[in-house]
Amino acid sequence: MNEEISINTEKQASEELMIEFIDVHKWFGEFHVLQGINLTVSKQERIVICGPSGSGKSTLIRCINRLEEHQRGRIVVDGIELTNNIKNIEKIRAEVGMVFQHFNLFPHLAIVDNLALGPIWVRKVPKKEAEEAAMYYLEKVHIAEQARKYPGQLSGGQQQRVAIARSLCMNPKVMLFDEPTSALDPEMIKEVLDVMIELAQEGMTMIVVTHEMGFAKSVAHRVLFMDFGKIVEGNTPEEFFENPQHERTKLFLSQILH
Amino acid sequence: MEQAVQTEELRPPITSVGPIGWVKNNLFNGVFNSILTIVTLLFLWKVVPPFIRWAFIDSAWHTTGQVCRQGAGACWSIIAMNYRFILFGFYPYDLQWRPFLAMMILFGLLFYSRERNHWKRPLAYAWIIGLFTMGLLMKGGILGLTSVESTQWGGLPLTLLLAVFGLTAAYPLGVILALGRRSKMPGVKVLCILYIELIRGVPLISLLFMSAIIFPLFLPEGVTFNKILRAQVAIILFTAAYIAEVVRGGLQAMSRGQYEAAESLGLNYILTMRLVILPQALKIVIPPSVSILISAFKDTSLVVIIALFDLLKTTQSVLSNPEWMGFSREAYVFVAILYFLGCFSMSNYSRKLERELSRGD
Repeated sequence: MNEEISINTEKQASEELMIEFIDVHKWFGEFHVLQGINLTVSKQERIVICGPSGSGKSTLIRCINRLEEHQRGRIVVDGIELTNNIKNIEKIRAEVGMVFQHFNLFPHLAIVDNLALGPIWVRKVPKKEAEEAAMYYLEKVHIAEQARKYPGQLSGGQQQRVAIARSLCMNPKVMLFDEPTSALDPEMIKEVLDVMIELAQEGMTMIVVTHEMGFAKSVAHRVLFMDFGKIVEGNTPEEFFENPQHERTKLFLSQILH
Repeated sequence: MEQAVQTEELRPPITSVGPIGWVKNNLFNGVFNSILTIVTLLFLWKVVPPFIRWAFIDSAWHTTGQVCRQGAGACWSIIAMNYRFILFGFYPYDLQWRPFLAMMILFGLLFYSRERNHWKRPLAYAWIIGLFTMGLLMKGGILGLTSVESTQWGGLPLTLLLAVFGLTAAYPLGVILALGRRSKMPGVKVLCILYIELIRGVPLISLLFMSAIIFPLFLPEGVTFNKILRAQVAIILFTAAYIAEVVRGGLQAMSRGQYEAAESLGLNYILTMRLVILPQALKIVIPPSVSILISAFKDTSLVVIIALFDLLKTTQSVLSNPEWMGFSREAYVFVAILYFLGCFSMSNYSRKLERELSRGD
């Protein structure tokens, strides 16, 4: 749907490391959900992860801000290794924005308060400043007129854009998107993807779990395919879609692209 | 003319709107409901006029017990002649303005605290000063106020003291216990479960007995704790266990996503709870919490068994006076009205709070 926008060729990711996975394993009980993940993400790099459900792609990005704990291997985010040190975890979480499938806005707070909450309490920004910043980011996601409403009064697409703005308010170094459009009605997907494309154009480091292949083609530097807890293959979007290497990738692409 | 006819034709039938429609829809829709309505009306006819006659027409308001016995109606004189004792117990008669003033301060503060936009720092100071003044008024001993031992406190001030402090202390304690019970730290969790289950497993009366009789046995000789304070602690501990379980229910209703969203912003556990989880969870459990608070308020009357003279006990004492013996109906109606006012304002306030907090839904 975004054929005309092609930004991945112009800007190349920098060489500076942002996130590093070294032989990461994770089990849910007996289920081996991540089986030796090795992955490096550079600053300003944009990665799209796809794969069948249960392949571990959500778990992978949830490990980056420790919503899930890995049990073997190392994960380093912005030079800080993820351990049980809760202070480090909170520091990393403040730098890593996350957008969820089900938005997870705080229903008891007005939109502007949803956005200002993090900066006020985590960054210790004065309330007035935080609210101004909130309004700035609401403008950015084209929804400033809804600032005084409550999440329940907004449509799904609007809520997801608010959720993106909420993460941006923290000035994150990386943005994680966990199937951001999967819970949306079809007519609302575009407004969310447009906001994400704008974000990409500004050079945000992004890791996106999605099945929106149009978005992957136009925005990603690299597309990864995951299956059974492993990264089966990763390549530039052109190579990935034109010339998939593995049988499983081919099968998956044939299913998803019809 | 034609038009007039037309408008008339468009009107709904007279039997479906207005008072007649209401009566038909609500009182006489169907055979069973019609019978119920008639039976209820008959019942009210038999009960209400005699009650009004008893309570208002034949009643005596300012007489002695002897005169009352001659009349057929209610003897409200028992209240009029004894209200000072019922309300203040053994508090010295000419000093009873002090507990009265303390109660007025309490009511004033409670009333002012009703509005949520008054919940700011000055209100906290007002409460601190108010509580201090109330304590000073009750206890005396300085500033030229005659000292009044707490053993002489009684009646409504005692009931309010036990209730207001009991409930305000029990609620936060209950929330902490609920959080503890859901904690990932096994020690904390087990401790909270033990506490909740043990306290819920015994009746309040036995806790009061323990606090009054068994607890002092463990104290070294000469060390005593104020009896009211001990009863107060028992009520707090008891109520907190129930609040904890209700709050836990609210916490379980919160989706995982709310925790994750708060955590992914970098909020720590305390901030996550305080800013995101508890405001939502506590709102859900307003109705059951208020039920518990209301029943705890009424349960303060159980302190009679450890010989504290709360409102109910002072009333009973008046009834044991030979002059007023036998007028228990009137006395208990009066006390019931006081308790009802307390409970009704609580439930009323909770509905107001729910209304205000549901704006976001």
